[in-house]
Amino acid sequence: MQDEPLTVRRRDLLSLIGAVAGSAAMYHAMTALGFASESRYQGPIRLEGDPKGASVLILGAGLAGMTAALELRKAGYKVQLLEFNGRPGGRNWTLRGGDTFVELGGFKQTCAFGDGLYINPGPWRIPYHHRALLDYCKRLGVALEPFIQLNHSAYLHASRAFGGVPQRIRAVKADFQGQISELLAKAVSQGRLDEALSKEDQEILLLALKSWGALDHDYKYHASLIASEYRGYAKPPGGGLSAAPMPSDPLGLSEILKSRLWRYLQNFANYNFQTTMFQPVGGMDMIGKAFAREVGDLIRFNAKVTEIWQDDRGVTVTYVDAKNPGQPQKAVADWCLCTIPLSILSQLPVNVSASMKAAIDAVPYAGSVKIGLQFKRRFWEEDDAIYGGISYTDLPIHQIGYPSTGYNKSGRGILLGAYLFEGANSFEFTAMPPDERVARAVEFGAAIHPQYKAEFENGIAVAWHRVPFTLGCSGDWSEEARKQHYRNLCEIDGRILLAGEHASALPAWQEGAILSSLDAIARLHERVIKT
Amino acid sequence: MRRGALSGADWATQAVMAGLVLLLSYPALGQNDPAPLKGPTFSSGYRFVEMSGEELYVNVCRGCHMIDAMGASGAGGYPSLVANRNLEASGYAIDLVLNGRRAMPPFGDLMSDDQIAAVVNYLRTHFGNSYQDAVTAKDVQSARR
Repeated sequence: MQDEPLTVRRRDLLSLIGAVAGSAAMYHAMTALGFASESRYQGPIRLEGDPKGASVLILGAGLAGMTAALELRKAGYKVQLLEFNGRPGGRNWTLRGGDTFVELGGFKQTCAFGDGLYINPGPWRIPYHHRALLDYCKRLGVALEPFIQLNHSAYLHASRAFGGVPQRIRAVKADFQGQISELLAKAVSQGRLDEALSKEDQEILLLALKSWGALDHDYKYHASLIASEYRGYAKPPGGGLSAAPMPSDPLGLSEILKSRLWRYLQNFANYNFQTTMFQPVGGMDMIGKAFAREVGDLIRFNAKVTEIWQDDRGVTVTYVDAKNPGQPQKAVADWCLCTIPLSILSQLPVNVSASMKAAIDAVPYAGSVKIGLQFKRRFWEEDDAIYGGISYTDLPIHQIGYPSTGYNKSGRGILLGAYLFEGANSFEFTAMPPDERVARAVEFGAAIHPQYKAEFENGIAVAWHRVPFTLGCSGDWSEEARKQHYRNLCEIDGRILLAGEHASALPAWQEGAILSSLDAIARLHERVIKT
Repeated sequence: MRRGALSGADWATQAVMAGLVLLLSYPALGQNDPAPLKGPTFSSGYRFVEMSGEELYVNVCRGCHMIDAMGASGAGGYPSLVANRNLEASGYAIDLVLNGRRAMPPFGDLMSDDQIAAVVNYLRTHFGNSYQDAVTAKDVQSARR
C-alpha cells in the first residue's frame, strides 16, 4: 500500500463515488468533472413548494407552452393557455391528405396526399442528445422510429461536375478519403513528415491510411475490389457461375475537389445530425397531440393576442377570435409565460422594460421552405436503392429527403422535394405562389431523379415567412445581438417571462423550446414560492 | 451555425440551367415576355444574383410584402408599402433593408450596396410612392454598421 499515489485519480474517484452512492450519483459527478455531458436536461423537473393558488397565463400552445402548462398544473398552479391556431403544436406540425393551409397573402392549399402519407413542414428530426424532448416523448407515449440522416446510397449532386450526373455518397466519400490518404502516404514515404512525426508514428500512420483510405499494398487508391468494398462495385458479388464481383472506377480527385461535393460529407458528422436521429411514428405532430391529451382542456384555440398588459397585481391579455374577430376579450392571471414568436410579439403592445423590449425587437426570423411531393411509386427505393436519407444538390432545391418510414412498400410515397434554410433561395421560393414552388421543385428534382416527370402526382409547399402563426421559421440571432440582448430576453420582467426556441441556445430545435420553457418555469416557481 | 454549412453553392449559369431544366411553362411574371423559358431567377449561392430593383422586389420582398406590395396580416403582419410615408426618409428605408427590424430580416449580408440601393429606389418610386431623391450605393455603404 505504500505505493498508493497521494492524489486520487479522477477515474478512481468516480468508481469510489459509484460504489458508495450508486450510478446516478456517479453520473452527476462525471458530468461535473467534464465527462459525459450529453444534455442540459436533468430529468423531470421538480417544482417543490406550494404556489398557493397562483395563476399563470401561457401564450402559445407549441411545445414550450404545453411543456409549461403540463408542469405548472402538476405543481399546483391555475393554468390557462391562449393559442392562435385551431390546433395544438405550433411549428410541431404535420400535413396529411385533406388538410388545408392558407398562407399569408391568401393562397390556399389542400393537401392531396394518399392515406397514411404526410410531410412535416416544420421540424422533422430529433437528435439523440435532445434528451428533454426524448423524455417527454417517453412520458407521453409517443412512439419513435429512426430518422435516416446519412444514407450512403443517396446522392450528392453538383450541376456542373461529372456531367451533371449525381454521385452516390459512398463513392464520393470513399474516393475523396482514398485519394487524400494516398497523397498523405506518399508524403510520409518521401520523408516530408519527418519533422512532424517520429518514425514509429509514421509507420502507424501508414497503416491507418491504408485502412481509412482503402489503399492497396503499395498505398495506392485505384479501381480495386478493396476500394469497391466502400465505393460500390461495377458488378456486385453475386451467386453461382456469375458470382465474381467487378471493381468500379473511382472519381478523380481533381474533379471531386472542383465539384465541391466534399463539403456535404462533414455535415453528416455534425453533432446535430449524427446517428441516431429519430422521428415520431406517423408524423411529427404526434408530439403536439400527445401534449394536448394532457393539457388540451386548458387551451383556448383561435385566440389572437392583441395586447399584453402588466401592473403590480397581475397580467391582462387582450385577444380576439382569430377566425371571427369581434369584441376583444380579456384573460387575467398573476403571471404570464409568453411563447409567442418574437416576429409577432415585437408587433404587439407589451409593457415590459425597455431592455426586454429591445431584445424582443432584435431578433429577425429565418426564411425556410419545405415542399412535399407525392409520387405514384417509391422509385427511389425500387430503382435507386435509396431507403431513407437525404440527397444534397447545388440546385435551388438544396435537398431531397427520402421517407424514413414505410420502406419497401409498393404504391405511393412522399419525398421532401426541397428544403431551404436561410440564404437567397429560401426568399426566392417564398416569393412564388405555392403551385409554382411545387412545379419548380419537380423540375429541379428531375435533374437528380428523371423518374419525377412520369411519377409526380401532387405537392404542397410551406414557406415559413408566409406562415400566419410565426412569420418565419425560427429566431435568427446574430452573435452580436445575442451578446447584447439574450439575457434581457430571458429575465423575468415584472410578471412576464418568455420561452420558446428563440429563448434558447438551440434555435430552430424543439429541444430549445422545451429547455427554455423548463428553465423559465423553474425561475418563475422560485420567485412565486419566495413571495 | 447551420448557415454556411451547405450554402455557398456555386452553380452560376442559371440561365443555362433554366434552359436545361425548366421546360415547363409558368405564368410569366411580365405578361408580354415569351412564356416557356421565362421564369424567376434563382441565385447560385447564399447571396442574391438579382440586380434590378424590380427583380429584387419580385423575387425577394414579395415573399412577405406580397403582390402589389399590399402586405398581409396573421398573428402578426407585414406592412403594406403602398403610398407608405415611412419611405419618405430614404435613410430609414436603407437602414431597414440593410439591418432589419422586428420581423424584417436584415439583407446586408445577402445584397450588395448596389442591390440595396436599387430595391430602395424601386420601392420609393412604385406602389403609389414617388420620391425623386434617388439613393446611391455610397449611401448604403455609409449606413452599414
